[in-house]
This record gives sequence, structure tokens and C-alpha cells, in this order.
Amino acid sequence: MNDSILLDPTAEQAPTQRARLARPVSLEGKVVGLLDISKPRGNVFLDRIEEQLAAMGVEVKRYSKPTFTRVAPTELKQQMAAEVDLLVEGLAD
Amino acid sequence: MNRVLPDGLIVVAKADCPTCRLVEPLLAEIAQSDQLTVYVQDSAEYAADLSGSLYDKTLEHSYRLGIEFVPTLIRVENGKEVERTYGWHKEDWRQLSGVATLGEELPVMRPGCGSKTLEPGISEELELAFGDFKLQSREIDIAGADDPMETCYERGWSDGLPVVPPTPVRVLRMLKGTERKPEEVVGLMPPDLVPVSVEKVAINAVLAGCKPEYMPVLLAALEASLTDEFGLHGLICTTMFGSPMIMVNGPAAKAIGMNSGVNALGQGNRANATIGRALQLIIRNVGGGRPGEIDRSTMGNPGKVGFCFAEAEDSDWLPLAQERGVAPGRSAVTLFPGEGVQGIVDQKSRDPESLARSFALSLRTVDHAKLAMAGDAVLVVSPEHARVFIDAGWSKQRLREELEKLLLAPGEQLVAGAGGIAEGIPARFKDQQVPKFRPGGLLIVRAGGTAGLFSAIIAGWAASGPVGSSPVTREVNI
Repeated sequence: MNDSILLDPTAEQAPTQRARLARPVSLEGKVVGLLDISKPRGNVFLDRIEEQLAAMGVEVKRYSKPTFTRVAPTELKQQMAAEVDLLVEGLAD
Repeated sequence: MNRVLPDGLIVVAKADCPTCRLVEPLLAEIAQSDQLTVYVQDSAEYAADLSGSLYDKTLEHSYRLGIEFVPTLIRVENGKEVERTYGWHKEDWRQLSGVATLGEELPVMRPGCGSKTLEPGISEELELAFGDFKLQSREIDIAGADDPMETCYERGWSDGLPVVPPTPVRVLRMLKGTERKPEEVVGLMPPDLVPVSVEKVAINAVLAGCKPEYMPVLLAALEASLTDEFGLHGLICTTMFGSPMIMVNGPAAKAIGMNSGVNALGQGNRANATIGRALQLIIRNVGGGRPGEIDRSTMGNPGKVGFCFAEAEDSDWLPLAQERGVAPGRSAVTLFPGEGVQGIVDQKSRDPESLARSFALSLRTVDHAKLAMAGDAVLVVSPEHARVFIDAGWSKQRLREELEKLLLAPGEQLVAGAGGIAEGIPARFKDQQVPKFRPGGLLIVRAGGTAGLFSAIIAGWAASGPVGSSPVTREVNI
């Protein structure tokens, strides 16, 4: 059986391509998380972002993954989802 | 089918069929006297030395020829089939092939085997691949690495429990459960008021875990829910508890294995669980009635995952559907805007008067003990409790009439403020005897296991009747 085709059970009023979450109009009152995936020098990039956000008066919270080789632990994902409105992740080095 | 076939003879065979093996040596002889095409369903080796032999790997030829048995021998003239025989019948084969001495050494007759095209799971694949049948719904191509069940969650198609991914084959199989055309529109599905086709019903029935044979009951339930009297739109949107509950009567309930006995209102029976769930998924997916969006229920109730059961029909008590005008021997569904289940524990009453008083007292709590003529109710009488009435000669109708009398209450006790409770009926009822339920607002069914002096109340929506929702009964048709 070919499981890669599914038939749409809905009234087909929304596009099949799922929409991205809408971006906030402004950062005012938002908490921004900065996630370091633990690759070398990711912190340099994120430190600079933090400086700039702090200068704009935006609250910043810092997180880091134990290792870039694995997906983030569930606990960390849940913590970030609970604590911040937006997340910036520093990918690669 | 107007396809042009190769003139001469066609043999359709399977290598693992003993009868096909029996006739295999004859094929060369037939090929000498006539143009012969051999389609082999399972192997490239059968009759491999014949130039007209072809491995029908996709089964397209077998499907298009409508083969049910192997071997099948077909005579074609001017591109059209004129005659066929199946299995080995010496006389038929001789006559069709024109070879008078064919199979001299063979027995007179040997039955064949079933065609591979009809093996479980294959026929729908072939129908989708080669048939005229086309499903109308949008196809969503998910990447190979995605788990289809997770995809269903991510797309919001689930009520929170896992759903069966609606692949085209599963949907086609589901549609075989009804004679109604996939494109037929059952009605406008609230709250978005979009047309709901039989095909969309089938897709959601797949999601819910239904078997194809449940489709007639599900379609009848959907039709009942879409009537103006049932008022599904308001029921979906209400802040109150109610949601469509399905009660099934008649031979269909038995035929599809519904539970009307032990734990009838609970879990564990596929038909009960999935028919109710399918209706809820149609509301969610087709109608757009999702909790927190249009569905504003303050608390909801566990039956909103799906609530469906059958009546334990008994020759002494008229089944609900017949009370509501359906002919005996016919199957029907009755839709009711049900809340949760409230038990009535009475293990001491042994005469109908005592038990009726017990029921009446418990029924007072529907909505609120001080409210009246607001919500309807279903009284589910267990077999042991029903026996108390039946042995005393009380019909369902008699029980209902007695309950109506017992449920009359002095308005002064129910009006707002009475008893130090602000809730209550309007002051104008102060000097009247007030019935608990509006006329026709109390339904009685018999269901449950044979042990237990317990019955149950399923309260309806407090906006029962023309203002909101009335119970609706619809016959089940194939």
C-alpha cells in the first residue's frame, strides 16, 4: 500500500502547504530565546544578538543544547516553549 | 469496455494453480492452430517458451479482462470477446479452441483457482490504478520520511487519539460499504456550512477506524444530525456540555456487531467507538467545529470523542425507533444531544412503583433540580431494572407516563430564589404544577449488561426542543 498519499478529510478551504506561524509585528513586550547549539563560536554570534536586543529593551533568555550532534532534549524544548515568545537558533559555525 | 483485444484465444493463468499447470502442456498445441495470448499472473516462467506468453505483473490485463478464476480461456473475434470458460472443462476447451483432441489424457474436469486480482487488498489497488473510478478529494503527498500518523496529527485531523491515515485504497474500500455515489452531497456541514460528500464521510470514517460495513449507519447518523430539528450548528458552538449521541436500533446494529449489553455506554466495541467518533471527526474536519475555536464548550464531555450505542431490544418493550415511527424489522439511528452518563443506583426496589419514583427523583437533577422543560433526557434502563417493570406488565409507554406524573412539581419550589437558590424557573410558574420535561422530552431505551440493578440518565442540551435541538430518528439504508 502506498502510504505517501493521503486524501484530505477537510473541506479543503486551507492550502495543502501548511502556513508558517505569523511573525510578530514588533518585539515589544516579547521574550526572545537564544539557543546555542554548542558549535564553536556560536556564542560569539549570539552574544552580539543579545547585546542588540538588550539595547532595544527586549528581554532575552539564553539556552544551549548539550551537543550539536543530537536534537534538543525534550525537556529543553518544553522549557523554551514555556518561557519565550520567539527563538533565535545559531546554526553551524 | 471498448478495448480492442488480440484476436484468437487468450488464456489467463497462475503458475501456482495446479489446474493451470495441468493445462500448461496443452498451450503449445492450441498455439499451433490459433493465435494464442497467455497472461500469467504470478510468474515469468509459466509457458515461457510460447511467444504469446506474457507475465502480467501489474495484473492490468487480468483486471481489464475481469478475470475471477484461473485458468480462464477466452475466444476473441474482431477485437471483441465472444466466449469464455474457466477451470478445466475438456469439452468447453475443445470447443473454444477448435482442437478436437485437446487434452485426451486429462480428466474431464478440474476446477481452477481464484484470480490474483481478487486477493484481499489487491482488487482496490487495481481499481484505483486501472479502473474508471476517480476520487475527488485533494491528494496530500507526504514526504517518504514522515510518519503518516504524525502527519495526521500535525495537520489537525485528529481528536487527540491516533487516526488511521486515509490512503486512497483505504478510502475506496470504505466507499464499498455503501451504494451511494462518492460525489453525492449529504448536506451542508456546520459550522462552516460546506457541502459534505459521501467521499468526505468515507475519509473521516477511515480516520476514525470504521469498517466499510458501518457506512450506512454513519450516513444515517450524519443525515439525522444535519436536519433543521437537530440543530447541529448551535450544538457544536454551545458553551454547554452536549454533543451528538447516536442510538442504533434494528438488525443493522446486530449485523455490524454493535454492543448493547455489558458496558454498552463504554469502550471496547469497534462499531460503537468508531461510528460515534467518525461523526465527531466530520464535524471537526469538514465542518470546522474545533474546540476552542467555534466549539466553545466550557467543559465538554467524554462523549465528544464519540458516543454511540445500540438498544438491547426486547420483545416486551417497544424499541426506541419503533416508538418514533420506524417499522418493525427496519434499522434506524436516533440522534440526541447527549451530555455524560449519570448513574441511578437502586438495588432495593422490587416493584415498579418504587423504581419509578426512584427514577423520577434522580431525573430531577437533569440540568439542575430547580430547572424544568429545559433539557431533554434519555433514560437508559438496564435489563434487570427493565425486568421489574416488564414482570409487572408495565410497557415503556406506561413507565414514561408514570414518570411524567411523578415529575410534576409545584412551581413555588422551583422558581428563582426558592429554597435560597437564585437559579430556578421564572416566577410566573409559581402557582402551577410544572413538568420536568417538555412533551416528548424523555426518551427511554433498554441497554446494558444483564447483571446490575443500575440504570443511567443521559441529560440533553439545556436548549432542547425547537429553540435548540430535538431528537431525530432516521432509517438506515444501504
